[in-house]
Amino acid sequence: MIGLEVHAQLTSLKSKLFCSCPADYRELQPNTAVCDVCLGLPGSLPRLNGRAVEEVLKIALALHSKPAEKTLFYRKHYFYPDMAKNFQISQYDRGGGVTIASGGYMDFNLGQDVKRVRIRRVQLEEDVAKIVYPSSLMTSDYVLVDYNRAGVALCEMVTEPDISSPREARLFIEKYSSILEHLGVTDTDLEGSLRVDANVSIDGGERVELKNINSPKDVEKALNYEVQRQAMIVERGGKIEMQTRHWDEVNKVTVAPRFKEEEEDYRYFPEPDLPPIRIDPNTLKRLAAQLPELPDQRAERFIRQYGLTAYQASVLVSDKHLADCYERSVQAGLKAGDAADWFMNEVLGDLSDAKKGTKDLIALTDDVIKVVEMVQRNEITGKMGKRLLKQLIIGGRLPEEVPRPIRDEETLRQLVAEVIRDNPDVYEKAKTDPNAINFLIGQVMKKTRGRADPQKILDLVRAALSAV
Amino acid sequence: MKVADVVKSVKSGEKSAVEVVQEYLGVIKRVDPKVHAFLYVDEAGSLSRAREIDEEIKSGRDPGPLAGVPVAVKDNIAVKGMPLTCASRILEGYVSPYDATAVSRLKAAGAIVIGKTNLDEFAMGSSTEYSAFGPSKNPRDLSRVPGGSSGGSGAAVASGMVPLALGSDTGGSVRCPASFTGVYGLKPTYGLVSRYGLVSFANSIEVIGGFSAWAEDLSLLFSVIRNTDSPDPMDQTTVFSSPLAFPGLRGIRVGLIKETLAEGTSEDVISVIDRLISKLVEAGATVEEVSLPSLELALPSYYLLACAEASSNLARYDGIRYGKPCPLEARNWNEAFSEVRGTGFGPEVKRRIMMGSFVLSSGYYDAYYLKAAAARKKIREEVLKALKGYQLLMAPTNPVVAPKLGEKTSDPLSMYMLDLDTVPFNLAGVPALSLPAGKGAYGLPVGVQLVGAPLMDDWVIGAAKELEGMGAVELAGEVARLE
Repeated sequence: MIGLEVHAQLTSLKSKLFCSCPADYRELQPNTAVCDVCLGLPGSLPRLNGRAVEEVLKIALALHSKPAEKTLFYRKHYFYPDMAKNFQISQYDRGGGVTIASGGYMDFNLGQDVKRVRIRRVQLEEDVAKIVYPSSLMTSDYVLVDYNRAGVALCEMVTEPDISSPREARLFIEKYSSILEHLGVTDTDLEGSLRVDANVSIDGGERVELKNINSPKDVEKALNYEVQRQAMIVERGGKIEMQTRHWDEVNKVTVAPRFKEEEEDYRYFPEPDLPPIRIDPNTLKRLAAQLPELPDQRAERFIRQYGLTAYQASVLVSDKHLADCYERSVQAGLKAGDAADWFMNEVLGDLSDAKKGTKDLIALTDDVIKVVEMVQRNEITGKMGKRLLKQLIIGGRLPEEVPRPIRDEETLRQLVAEVIRDNPDVYEKAKTDPNAINFLIGQVMKKTRGRADPQKILDLVRAALSAV
Repeated sequence: MKVADVVKSVKSGEKSAVEVVQEYLGVIKRVDPKVHAFLYVDEAGSLSRAREIDEEIKSGRDPGPLAGVPVAVKDNIAVKGMPLTCASRILEGYVSPYDATAVSRLKAAGAIVIGKTNLDEFAMGSSTEYSAFGPSKNPRDLSRVPGGSSGGSGAAVASGMVPLALGSDTGGSVRCPASFTGVYGLKPTYGLVSRYGLVSFANSIEVIGGFSAWAEDLSLLFSVIRNTDSPDPMDQTTVFSSPLAFPGLRGIRVGLIKETLAEGTSEDVISVIDRLISKLVEAGATVEEVSLPSLELALPSYYLLACAEASSNLARYDGIRYGKPCPLEARNWNEAFSEVRGTGFGPEVKRRIMMGSFVLSSGYYDAYYLKAAAARKKIREEVLKALKGYQLLMAPTNPVVAPKLGEKTSDPLSMYMLDLDTVPFNLAGVPALSLPAGKGAYGLPVGVQLVGAPLMDDWVIGAAKELEGMGAVELAGEVARLE
């Protein structure tokens, strides 16, 4: 059983949650995007960035989560160097606390099936500073603290333990990222903008909390590691201890804390510096009316409008950039179903080979369209198309001269004749052996450097064979 | 000299701001070694600011309603470029990089921040004896405490070292020293003055307040520091409509709170109250006894809530970012934090952090914190209801006159009892003013509180002004001469 806590930075905001420091701290010198508030200097007080509440409400609406009428902030206490105040301004759903939204669900495709995961709550909190390990989590003997990130608005979404496998967890995160991207609240491509904690337990064992999975791509790896670790302990007759473990992203293992952790008592109490927030029903109505098209609706439209299969649609919309680029290609005149296959089967694989993300695809899409267009117009062969795409995506641009296909029958006939002349034995064999025919076709294709249609060559070879 | 007279003489050129500042610096030099009101005096800075004010006047500009007036600021309120220690070792050497909102308003009005005053560590105490840098003394009797926690500010005004001072009042920390040292002290409506830059002790309860020798000086001070727009998120000024001007004492109904005159309140304090009642009646007001039975809940619920908030607010002092440095030889975080906090905080602060942590612990939160919060609500409702029937409430500021140094420190509970009559109005969030009504045992000052409805701060000041005008405020304008 797996339950996830996903923290998404609200990167759409200009300033931090409780002060006017820039929210976009990336690429700044350490500890330069800070002020008396986010450093927790004596005497400073928080002031709420009201837009953050609206951004979280958008997420809540997209997850069918129920917004509270009145919500408040709580202080969550623990001593840690990444905490400017040694408490985090967060929210709480017990002891009289109410988070911005609670309940809800998110569906995602699991092969041909649709899996539903229930949402427990959606809340707003401040991010903590970044601890920089000079080497890895296990080997560093000192750490550095960068407070630029401290106070950035964070949406915490907590699921019920409805996820059954590491793979499901990955698919869930992919879909959730796509929702955030469609809402425009989080640029999930930014390093550390989406961070995951996971609770994992196997077959009635104790729950282990995995913290610190700072890259969504690592979620499946971290969970696989942890599930195997737990399974091995059980196999050896051991017992799983309730524990918090950290994901070491350098060594790709989960690590037990260096010191035995006591059970945390966060001593939650209502933040006395921030008044309760009333969520105005009119604001909710406005936000609901302004919600953009979300992945599920977009998939339905893809099926309806472009005739895609449910599977194709779900893969495309699981990533907003992919869906956007695909849709651009159709608007540019590509055949919709065929283009979907190109994006799903070729483009995604090439991106992964090139270690690039779908965000990189945006700049390449015009050229991708050109290539697929040439194939769809039969100007080049599918094979040439694939090769060109790989060159494009790995190299970042199309070769200066796109090889033109050889269509002239006379040229091709001559090439066939040359191959037959050079391989008289095979030619004889080919009269009875289809493998020999394939060899001849291969030789011709080699001479054309793949620029001919193999079907056409086959026809010509057959013609040559029967002509004698 | 009244503040208005100082301003008039500076603006008219009769006296330069530099001369004014030099005069007060002179008093500080001669008197403060006996009183220890100040933790920091900015001689060079205040003189150079005074020169700027004089320049402005010479070039025909108006430096503002407090032109050239020296002000002392309690050392838990941020003044840019000055130390901000909260009288704690843990903040020794820390210099604030910004001004509290109230301080920047004072500066913009032409006032000159002359220095930072002593307090009980992090404003926790009622005698200023819990200062890590030594106690302040009461200018009326140097063997006695000046009250607390804003004892330095009270003592500074009471000994003529400054005409105005800022303090903070969480459970009586402005009114208690005002009463013990014989000056005016106002705790305004919660949220009326921005808390931005006041080092948090108990956020939901505390306010920035002020001290003066004359009632009208408080009017002037608060007209400058009260909010119009404020970065204090709990600011209430937008919630309430602007109040009416004080109509005068004639016809005003005053409720004398019965519970504050009970056993434990000394006879000399009660006789000062009796005399003030006759003056109020003389002025045409009606005075009646009113009972607020929930007041007995005030002290315990105050200490639960204030300690809970304090334990949270003071968590940030860990030596990593500022203040007492974190020991590098520690083996882990916990060890480093414990070392800094174990040696940086004094015993009263530690006591309150421990109480507060206990109150907020899971399993005790409902029994203590939530109960205390419910009691606060009840007290507030009762006080507000009484303020519907009476325009003003009246109570002694403290049940006794200033105790001797060392008299209360061995018994924290007897120290807490000094706050008995001030705490309810912090919980209710209403304005409360302590006026130096008379003298009690040993000729020591006795303060009396006037309490008004939320945002009716001008009414309590107005009533004090009128009483002062009738000669009913025995110590008004009378500062101790220790030179």
